[in-house]
Amino acid sequence: MDAEFWVIQVFNGISYGALLFLLAGGLSLIFGVMRIVNLSHGSYFMLGGYVALTVIWTTDSWVLAIPVAALTVAVVGLVMERVFLRPLGFDPLRQVLLTVGFAFLFQQGALDIWGGDSLDISPPEFLTESVVIGGVYFPLYRAFMIGVALAIGVTIWLTMEKTRMGAMVRAAVDDSEMARGVGIDTSLVSMFIFALGAFLAALGGVIGGAFLGVYPGLDFEILPIAFAVVIIGGMGSLGGAAVGSLIVGLADNFGKALFPEVSYFTLYAPMVLILALKPTGLFGRE
Amino acid sequence: MSERTKILIVVAALIVLLIVMQFASSFVILLVTQALVFAILAMSLDILLGYTGLPSLGQAAYLGVGAYLTAILATKYGFGLGSSFWAVIVLGILLGAVTAAIFGLFAIRASGVYFLMITLALGQCVWGLAYRWNSLTGGDNGINMPGRPNFGIDLAHDMTFFYVVFGFFVAALAALYLLVKSPFGRSLVGIRESELRMRILGYNTWLHKYIAFIIAGAFGGLAGVLWAFLNGLVSPEDVILTTSVDALLMVVLGGPGTLVGGAIGAGVVVFLREYLSTLVEWWQYALGGVYVLTILYLPGGLMGIPERIRQRRALSAPAEQAKAVSVSQ
Repeated sequence: MDAEFWVIQVFNGISYGALLFLLAGGLSLIFGVMRIVNLSHGSYFMLGGYVALTVIWTTDSWVLAIPVAALTVAVVGLVMERVFLRPLGFDPLRQVLLTVGFAFLFQQGALDIWGGDSLDISPPEFLTESVVIGGVYFPLYRAFMIGVALAIGVTIWLTMEKTRMGAMVRAAVDDSEMARGVGIDTSLVSMFIFALGAFLAALGGVIGGAFLGVYPGLDFEILPIAFAVVIIGGMGSLGGAAVGSLIVGLADNFGKALFPEVSYFTLYAPMVLILALKPTGLFGRE
Repeated sequence: MSERTKILIVVAALIVLLIVMQFASSFVILLVTQALVFAILAMSLDILLGYTGLPSLGQAAYLGVGAYLTAILATKYGFGLGSSFWAVIVLGILLGAVTAAIFGLFAIRASGVYFLMITLALGQCVWGLAYRWNSLTGGDNGINMPGRPNFGIDLAHDMTFFYVVFGFFVAALAALYLLVKSPFGRSLVGIRESELRMRILGYNTWLHKYIAFIIAGAFGGLAGVLWAFLNGLVSPEDVILTTSVDALLMVVLGGPGTLVGGAIGAGVVVFLREYLSTLVEWWQYALGGVYVLTILYLPGGLMGIPERIRQRRALSAPAEQAKAVSVSQ
């Protein structure tokens, strides 16, 4: 195991973490603002990939597929939140079962529309190449994933810190009752956050589709990992989600490379420990 | 309805089941046996969810450890295929309990959403080991069972095995019923209603929840042993998140805090997953629909329907009287 191994593994881990950030960043905000355990979040990821495929098949444009898929799934999330989750009130168990129900419905719908085969989203030619730095090959696509996650992360962070909407979201995360008390429409904030979460997850699905593929079952495969990110980083904290994504991305890569037999255990055991010792996560607000 | 009438109804239903099974096809026998195995799992979860108010999102873990123990003992050591079957049952129960005793140390500290998340994570730990620890668990392929035990009585016959599972189901139902009617079970309900009040009354609520967690794990382990022998294959599929969520649905659909409700829910879910899926392509719409409709329209589950009808009648009677009074004025 030489330096090259470590460099490549770190690079792979970070780029996987970037994808996880897209998937889990929104979930973390949803958790923070609404305390909803949304088990259909993995479905948004999967649906994003499928919708993108349809766009690519019909228009032959990968660039167009990204916003169309993300916006479509954002609308799906928005409708789910407005019509079903909001009237449900605060009961984690019922939220879990309702969102699982939707996950099954989405799974069957996707199966009916797109079939049961594992599909690939091919990115444009120039992203499939590799750059050589110091004799080590870096796939450009993975660098692109890191770039997208960075851009998205910075945009959301600026929105959260600098705009009125962002301040309302932060207030709702910290203390939604007080936020309501000072006249913030937390219902509107929830709707916005939920749609944003679905948007980001779908975006992750499109971008991740190039190297994870899109297939039935992807939703429930990716879902627990998203929760690991949210828990380790801390709910409702964007910075936490970023750090959590990096930790999980790296742990996943090194786990699989170094001790494959316990690689998933090394992912979820820290999640258990953090929940037991500091339930708000490493960077969560108290 | 008095407690005695309820017990009589359950006993009658079980007898009817035994009679109907005499005429059942071999596929139906397997289906009902599977429903009974999952009924044990659902009832174990009901102890947590329905009686203690702890919604565990990782109950499949205990089914998993029981099933993998059985498969590993059978394939690696040829143990459990004769009269040692009964020893495997005991070991499965013990391993379920021990696993829950370890997991409970972490989980019982949490409450609400955090309890859901930590049990999810614990379940995923078990899944991760099952999926990846190839040398022990066979990884993705799982472990094929060499067959069912034969100790003078050959359990390879599906009907014979049904009787065995039926026996375990009745024993589990009776044991859990006695548990929830005991002072210990009553204090669990007290914790569900108001943990703070129970603590002020001097109860060690942590210990109560911890013991309930272990008992649930033990029965989960029992279900796992039976599942391994019934299915003939133990794989990571048995411990994935959706299995745990299915167990939750069984309890919520049937009616939490009723024990029998979990068994009915298990019947419905197994019917959808195993029977409907052989008939139609769109069976997942039905499954997803049951999830959504249960949450939206059946807060008390199927077992809560008679109670709701009675309440509606009770409510409408005074309302009509009041109407009559207001008209006469």
